[in-house]
Amino acid sequence: MVKKNNMPINYYIFLSIALFSIGIVGVLTRRNAIIIFMCIELMLNAVNLLLVAFSKMHHLRLAETNAVAGADGQLFVFFIMVVAAAEVSVGLAIIVMMYRNIHSVDVNFLNRLKH
Amino acid sequence: MNITQILFWFLSVMAIFSGLMMITSKNPVHSVLWLIVTFFAISGHYILLNAQFLAIVNIIVYAGAIMVLFLFVIMLMNLNKETEPQKNRWLKMAGAVAGGCLLLVMVAALKDSDIKQQQALVKEGNIGLIQTLGKELFSTYVVPFEISSILFLSAMVGAVVIGKKE
Repeated sequence: MVKKNNMPINYYIFLSIALFSIGIVGVLTRRNAIIIFMCIELMLNAVNLLLVAFSKMHHLRLAETNAVAGADGQLFVFFIMVVAAAEVSVGLAIIVMMYRNIHSVDVNFLNRLKH
Repeated sequence: MNITQILFWFLSVMAIFSGLMMITSKNPVHSVLWLIVTFFAISGHYILLNAQFLAIVNIIVYAGAIMVLFLFVIMLMNLNKETEPQKNRWLKMAGAVAGGCLLLVMVAALKDSDIKQQQALVKEGNIGLIQTLGKELFSTYVVPFEISSILFLSAMVGAVVIGKKE
């Protein structure tokens, strides 16, 4: 049964799925390249939240044998944030370059590979 | 319903509502501001899970640095509601149905899984503190840490090279 101070893990799973799906819908329905990029950030954050929740779940199960059980999950979140920051700097530079060349951030103008 | 559950539901509703507002608002600046609200809600979840280091890093790095970068780029390009490109109605509906199908399938697959009995430790446990994470980061994960600094350097050089005028 749910003890005091504990949350069932599947609440966190469903919350993360909802946030991830919102990001997917945003990527599929918007044409502005910057908004699409922001939706990717939202999906990364949904995964981060789930990793932290799983690390706390792991810690609750294994805390007696290993005092730092689950710390790996939070370090993975830290590394995901590092990679996301690097990705944003390069991605925004690419969007700025695209705006300079075609004077728009509409991804529908980027169909030259089709022809 | 104790205070933990009330906070959990409040933060969850706030995160999902502001995420929906982000993908539906017409003005890109409003989208950025709603995404910042989402990040603050996720940081609140981290604090509730006693992952204090990640909560602070999330606010500083995401809400502080990355979103300010987005705002700068949007204001530099002078994007607003009139110049915002719109997809036609059927494509939007198809996108929403596709995302909704993903949500439905994932929820239906995980609804009755065995993991339902597991619980996450909330408001307790010291693995999220800076002391524990720092010791782990600089002993077990010191090589990935150094490699990520090289990744940062290459990203910095790449951004400058891409953004440079010919």
